[in-house]
Amino acid sequence: MGRQDPAAPFAIELRGISKAFGPVQANKDISIQVARGSIHGIIGENGAGKSTLMSILYGFYKADSGEIVINGHPTTIPDSQSAIRAGIGMVFQHFKLVQNFTVLENIILGVEEGRLLAPSLSKARKVLAELAREYELEVEPDALIEDLSVGHLQRVEILKALYRQADILILDEPTGVLTPAEADHLFRILRGLKEQGKTIILITHKLREIMEITDTVSVMRRGEMTATLPTAGTSPEQLAELMVGRKVLLRVEKAPASPGRIVLEIDDLRVRDPQGVERLKGVNLTLRAGEILGIAGVAGNGQSELLEVLGGISQATGRVKINGQEIDLTGKHSDGRSRRAQGIAHVPEDRQTRGLIMDFAAWENMAFGYHHAPAYQKNAALMDNAAIRADCAAKMERFDVRPQVPALAARNFSGGNQQKLVVAREIERNPDLLLIGQPTRGVDIGAVEFIHKQILALRDAGKAVLLVSVELDEILSRSDRIAVMFDGRIMGERLPGATDERELGLLMAGIGEEAA
Amino acid sequence: MGGMPKWADALLVPLLSLIIAFVISGLVILLIGEDPVEALWIMVTGALGSTYGWGYTLYYATNFIFTGLAVAVAFHAGLFNIGGEGQATMGGLGVALACLALPWPHWSLALLASTLLSAVFGAAWAALPAWLQAKRGSHIVITTIMFNFIAAAVLNYLLVNVMRPRGSMDPATARFPAETNLPDLHAILGAVGIPFAKGTPANISLILALLACGLVWVTIWRTRLGYEIRAFGKSEKAAVYAGIRPIRITMYAMLISGALAGLMAVNTVQGETNRLLLNSVEGAGFIGIAVALMGRSHPVGVIFAAILFGFLYQGGAELALWTRIPKELIIVIQALVILFTGALDEMVRAPLRRLWRMR
Amino acid sequence: MDFATIIQILDSTVRLATPLLLACLAGLFSERSGIFDIGLEGKMLIAAFASGAAAAVSGSVWIGLLAGIGASLVFAAIHGLASITFRGNQLISGVAINFLASGLTVLLGQKWFGLGGRTPSLEGAARFEPITLPFARALADLPAIGPVYYELISGHSILVYVAAVAVPVSAWLLYRTRFGLRLRAVGENPAAVDTAGISVTGIRYAAVAITGLLCGLAGAYLACGLSAGFGREMTAGKGFIALAALIFAKWRPWHALLACLLFGLLEAISIRYQNIDLGFVLIPVQFTQALPYLLTVVILAGFVGKAIPPRAGGDPYVKER
Repeated sequence: MGRQDPAAPFAIELRGISKAFGPVQANKDISIQVARGSIHGIIGENGAGKSTLMSILYGFYKADSGEIVINGHPTTIPDSQSAIRAGIGMVFQHFKLVQNFTVLENIILGVEEGRLLAPSLSKARKVLAELAREYELEVEPDALIEDLSVGHLQRVEILKALYRQADILILDEPTGVLTPAEADHLFRILRGLKEQGKTIILITHKLREIMEITDTVSVMRRGEMTATLPTAGTSPEQLAELMVGRKVLLRVEKAPASPGRIVLEIDDLRVRDPQGVERLKGVNLTLRAGEILGIAGVAGNGQSELLEVLGGISQATGRVKINGQEIDLTGKHSDGRSRRAQGIAHVPEDRQTRGLIMDFAAWENMAFGYHHAPAYQKNAALMDNAAIRADCAAKMERFDVRPQVPALAARNFSGGNQQKLVVAREIERNPDLLLIGQPTRGVDIGAVEFIHKQILALRDAGKAVLLVSVELDEILSRSDRIAVMFDGRIMGERLPGATDERELGLLMAGIGEEAA
Repeated sequence: MGGMPKWADALLVPLLSLIIAFVISGLVILLIGEDPVEALWIMVTGALGSTYGWGYTLYYATNFIFTGLAVAVAFHAGLFNIGGEGQATMGGLGVALACLALPWPHWSLALLASTLLSAVFGAAWAALPAWLQAKRGSHIVITTIMFNFIAAAVLNYLLVNVMRPRGSMDPATARFPAETNLPDLHAILGAVGIPFAKGTPANISLILALLACGLVWVTIWRTRLGYEIRAFGKSEKAAVYAGIRPIRITMYAMLISGALAGLMAVNTVQGETNRLLLNSVEGAGFIGIAVALMGRSHPVGVIFAAILFGFLYQGGAELALWTRIPKELIIVIQALVILFTGALDEMVRAPLRRLWRMR
Repeated sequence: MDFATIIQILDSTVRLATPLLLACLAGLFSERSGIFDIGLEGKMLIAAFASGAAAAVSGSVWIGLLAGIGASLVFAAIHGLASITFRGNQLISGVAINFLASGLTVLLGQKWFGLGGRTPSLEGAARFEPITLPFARALADLPAIGPVYYELISGHSILVYVAAVAVPVSAWLLYRTRFGLRLRAVGENPAAVDTAGISVTGIRYAAVAITGLLCGLAGAYLACGLSAGFGREMTAGKGFIALAALIFAKWRPWHALLACLLFGLLEAISIRYQNIDLGFVLIPVQFTQALPYLLTVVILAGFVGKAIPPRAGGDPYVKER
């Protein structure tokens, strides 16, 4: 446990922190102690209250009650400036960098020395060179942020904190956007920082990272701190149980698939983003009726692009056949409407910005994407709103969406119920091919099981399902076949029974026979 | 947000904003040494106290219904069409061409032609900014502002150099033939036995405007196009997912918006002046912004807001006639309404919301 | 066209470009901080009125100048309140401010002076006097350089030189100082500034205040420099030309100078010549007048170098969870 002198005060001690947003209790009476020079993990599901707690520590929110003690001194942190003064540095999940500024300009922003920039810039250049030597934190100081890779951007964020002489570094889901190699590099940096006596708090929902790098770990569930344990004395199974509050079945019983005819055939699919960077670099896949194909991979390796092309959102080159019919990837018929007509349904990765219009009522959302459907029309000119309402009520009933009020705006439903609205809309169309991205992101456990059952039922009815998820567990337990994506390519295909997390992890990192 | 029911947001917020605007205007009247209560009385009697006053109030309201609907339709698509002024200017050109092109035997035929042409001209003037926004990402607010000035220059050129009758010094077209003159409310209501004052400018365009309200309502809330416009206006990303094409919707919404603004010219150019003058729009395109904001982009709201502004305009003219208060007072009220319903609405809403929570 | 005519046109270009440049730089500070401002016109107008009125009553142009700046600052504060504190729609707020100025100037002008919205004519100390630069008279007779220095560069009122100096000062402030770094950062990514422990609100208000100050100068120059008193609607779209110049300059100070000089030149030409006969084609004056707007549309369309506004422009900043 680091080099903690038993008499020395803790780097951070939180005593009885509570915070409510309206009726929602985000943090309930939370207390933790983090020893100086240690790496402390905080693990919990989405919405467990981890980010709220860290925002309190960084001065974004004021706790309703409780006390923050830094290095033995009770401290109030009313704003970020005070947090920085108290020696706390934060690396956010979404980087807070100015795109058209250089690295140096971003580093000094907020801690300039004096009114003129020139002295600050030359000082920062020197400090940066030292930090780079000390911690493997190399970045080109004059590079523009918009030209840097994600891994480099994260280094800039860490450098920002170190430049502000942070002793306590908080990292919020730092590996979500990194490749395994970049994540390894990050962990090396963190170990180096720990060696220098820095205290690190790592927020994550990945058990593997907790086990790999932390000294102690705290588990959060529904706003409460359920346990704090030395990492060496715990196991992933125990942590998982503490996280969700009951025994989780990591494998689900399901009937073996009986794949039929080919539904989806993808041949040499390529996509360029608006900046001209190739995001899909020749993807080949086939998917049969009655089969769930899981796409595994670290976020940002082309899975989203694959879904978007198949869903008609973005354009591509190559060939895609649905039920033997080639579909248009660039022209007049490459939009969501044509795709739906071809029997493709799509549950998008982000239901709030894509899958739903948050201000529309549930019934209006039930027609979303299918508003041209004949059943929803009164005559050639007008839509039949009454029919849509009735249809929505029926689907809400079948999918147990609560509250069962078609007139309620989508934004007033919980995350799980919003997802059920989308899933109901898409599955009830009885598509030949269901595209489904991150089906359980931000969804409560009960809804997760329900949604998985519906996907399985669709498969058993002889339909094809393309499941994209960054959660390896979900892919391993739900898929009939697994394809791993890395850097815009399919790295390899595996059967869930004949592989394990280690092998998939290597493929996700770009290490595999195809790449050799 | 929660707390406040929908109806309160739709009714109380504009109403409270209006009250604030009126109170501040009252203070301004006090400041310039006049009596606000007396001023209000003069406005009410002058604009609403007789069918003669109503004739003017409704004439102005007709303009504002058209421009208000124009702004409202664009709002639904998430677009801010600040170019109603230019589109209405071009609509005026369409009306003048329609009325002067052929010797129309009857006003109804002339009305048909001028309606069509004014809408087409207005839509055409909105088409390029719309296309630039959809295809090139040029901010539509800026381009429509620029197009207002360009429209003014085009009209100026045409009236001075091309359309001015030989020998006339006025930058205006020739007078339209008498056959194109539209029946006024006196004639229309007289036909069904309702007495209405003679000699007011309110004319059959009012019915056209109400018709437009109905059509806009049906389009926005009952058709697939309207559904797509609203969805696109709320979230472009989601709309694309649903197979709604942004370019198509931006174009359609702006064409409808421009056409509605252009239609306003039927009321002013054919219904009132009977020839095309410089600056016949007189800021009505901008008042459309206030009307749409007040009316919460709903056709019924637009009608009420347009009548309110019609009342203000006619009442303002009466004030200028009977007191030392210039009619620019109306511009101040209009500015305050826009400010409180459009930009400071959160300031008005926040205390209301708190009130609701306390119950 | 002889040399003297060219000098005259250029001289008038400088005069006409001055209010454009001040307003354009005003807009630059606001928009670079992420606050769109289509209310430059209104702030200029109310400043022109306030300075014209105060100068007429007090007989001092300096009191007029202060009044103009004060009035413009009040309007800037309204815009700040709406777009920063209450996170309202910045464009709608700008529209409201333009109308507020348009109505109030006539209303108050009529009440105070009874001249149909005009303010009384200004003379003597109530106007900005032309300043003769050192050696201007002595050098006036030199060929070429003499007239250029004496007529074109010398002999303008103080605000012309203030506007000229404002360009390098703005560039320096924006690119070389701490304030400039933070201001540009706030317009691109306010979250980055907020997490660095700096108040987004504070910087945006500071930017909006500078906008008010510069618009005040522009308005005062219109009423007490370019003209001898305030006339109703005397800005006549200059605020929008300044906005056009800002886009044309892609939100950069030195380019703003060039854009404003170009638009000033167009205005000078359209005042001097009704229609320009190029021999093979006759350019109507309306075309010259509309040219700034046309050019801006072309630039916005991105056919010749795309104008990309500050990324956070128009979005009120809301702290995320």
